[in-house]
Amino acid sequence: MIAPEQQADPAPTVLIEANQAWWKLNIPELWNYRDLLFLLVKRDLTAVYKQTVLGPFWFILQPLLTSVVFSIIFGNVAQIDVGETPHFVFYMSGLIFWNYFQGILNHAASSLTGNSSLLSKVYFPRLIIPLSGVFSHFMHFALNLVTFLGFYLWYSLQGADLEPNRWLFAVPLLILQTAMLGLGAGLWVASLTVTYRDLRFALPFLIQLGMYATPIVYPASLVVTERYKTILWLNPMTSIVETGRTAFIGQGDIQLSLLGQSWGITLLILLSGIFVFNRVQRSFIDTL
Amino acid sequence: MSDMVIRVDELSKRYRLGAIGRQSFTDALRRRFLRQTGASGEPKEATSHSSQEFWALQKISFELKAGEVLGVIGGNGAGKSTLLKILSRITEPSSGRALIRGRVGSLLEVGTGFHPELTGRDNIFMSGTILGMRRKEIKDRFDEIVAFSGIEAFIDTPVKRYSSGMYVRLAFAVAAHLEPEILIVDEVLAVGDAEFQKRCLGKMEDVASHGRTVLFVSHNMAAVSRLCSSCLYLKEGQLRMMGGVEATLHSYLSEQRSQTEQARYVHPEEQDEQGPHVLQAWLRNDTESPAANLNSQQPFYLDLLLHTGETNVSLVLSILLKDELDRRLSTKEYRCIELPVGEHSQQRAVSLKFPPDLLFKGNFSFDIVLHIPNQQIFQHLKRCCSFEILEFSEQSAAYNNRDVGIFQIHPEALEQPPCFRPSVEKPSE
Repeated sequence: MIAPEQQADPAPTVLIEANQAWWKLNIPELWNYRDLLFLLVKRDLTAVYKQTVLGPFWFILQPLLTSVVFSIIFGNVAQIDVGETPHFVFYMSGLIFWNYFQGILNHAASSLTGNSSLLSKVYFPRLIIPLSGVFSHFMHFALNLVTFLGFYLWYSLQGADLEPNRWLFAVPLLILQTAMLGLGAGLWVASLTVTYRDLRFALPFLIQLGMYATPIVYPASLVVTERYKTILWLNPMTSIVETGRTAFIGQGDIQLSLLGQSWGITLLILLSGIFVFNRVQRSFIDTL
Repeated sequence: MSDMVIRVDELSKRYRLGAIGRQSFTDALRRRFLRQTGASGEPKEATSHSSQEFWALQKISFELKAGEVLGVIGGNGAGKSTLLKILSRITEPSSGRALIRGRVGSLLEVGTGFHPELTGRDNIFMSGTILGMRRKEIKDRFDEIVAFSGIEAFIDTPVKRYSSGMYVRLAFAVAAHLEPEILIVDEVLAVGDAEFQKRCLGKMEDVASHGRTVLFVSHNMAAVSRLCSSCLYLKEGQLRMMGGVEATLHSYLSEQRSQTEQARYVHPEEQDEQGPHVLQAWLRNDTESPAANLNSQQPFYLDLLLHTGETNVSLVLSILLKDELDRRLSTKEYRCIELPVGEHSQQRAVSLKFPPDLLFKGNFSFDIVLHIPNQQIFQHLKRCCSFEILEFSEQSAAYNNRDVGIFQIHPEALEQPPCFRPSVEKPSE
């Protein structure tokens, strides 16, 4: 009875039903809201800097300062062996990927509870908010990458031991994987935070823990114990950071099987994250 | 059949009461642990605790055609907002389904999606896209929206610097230029000044006259009766009545009334008051017993017994006549000292007579206020004596019993108005 009418009628027909299947994703609808996605990204990029003096420079400064601090503490004080690579380049090459991941994760994690007043008043595909974080943080990442490349060139000209190689072609894939992983993890946290508010307090700690479980402040080659090595490579960020370092510096552990494993885990986290989020977003307003 | 735009089928929404939703991780762990170990006592308590349920909506079914304006009425907690939230897809139902054909625009608040740091210009785009418009549509209507809001000069100022009036005007300008097939409006009219509310109502009339559908939740019965073509009355989550506006509103209002008991007010004995207060108040027609149904062609009386206490020269009794929608129709003040003395010097007893042919058919009530003007209000009894005026005069019957007004005013028909007398020249302007 409904189907033939639907064809005659150009207006979209929406069925509102209880307990819709968790795997039902409305991709065309998401596409219809692409303008909103664009504006949210724009808002994220402009509203944050209002009434700051340095504006977007903060997003360049943050990883720079962290790299300097890491170089001093882990490089000079703790004297972690990073080979012949200049400390600064070593730390920053890992940090820019980690910052991108963490930016998306934080943005997505607060997408439901942080926007509850808006989400309780109007409907739009909720996935738009975490997605906007992927793009707005990509802009920050791009800024960081350019800064990094600047220092990279400068160190190269100084004759530092840097060996760019064909792995550089894999860098766009690494960026994509970072985005997918950040989004997937963020969607999980967002969904769980709705019921378990504890996560909001645990998240900063978990992120810090994650950073130490990723070879950011040390090279992966430093981990030799078989057990720890397995755990380290189960973390998909490990392969991203290591591959990135290999591409720019020419030193790093890469095994194709481990890269495959990392992509598998990334896809699993992303897809499960999307579905869990999709399930939770439908009625999360009731639990606020 | 093809112009059906909303079909709601046995829609229900259940909320769980208690600590659900605010539970912390440890609670959940403990519950799981107890369930697994099969420990007695506590898990039972936990399940009974979580089974406290509340049905905000129960098996609501209705259909709505294109171009209809449906008013949704009901007391607090009747499920009105829940219904709108489900239909605008903010939350999902617990069971049942709803089919909606067409783009839905919901106005559940003014300024949805406004960001304080962004300029008026940016916020027009932001709010517009959040409400479901495409960027191109907004661009096309941008000048119109700005002109409508009347804040051209501040369009590039962050909205956090706006006055609240400007903010609301801009927000509404955006909402007014939405062109959804179905518009869902919830109590938006409660905010903003009279001018804003008027515009809001105007917009809704406009939308409806273009063959679009409006769902309108409001406590403003006057607005509902003016705007809506049909009406849905919810009570405690259930569909009480759906039909014509007049009949449904009448049924709602009379049920409201019967809950609060009328026609006669007696001062509750347990309340031992010292200051001036009303001891008794009741309405009657020419007989002596209280009556809530009055004939429009006969006089009626409001009998009052007041405790005025020690004689206070400036004590005033005010009688406010109100209509069904709680609008004040008229006010009359009496100085208590001039009223007839009752059983003893501290009381006043008076019978106020209202002439015949004063009011048209309808429901009315009195507020009784004892006060010293601009100083102190001793008692304000709201809607303490309600009554219904029955029977139409022939005049109103000719209008098919529809809206003939409130007061019967009978101007005297005079012959020969001076300015139209043929022999007299019109006075020059």
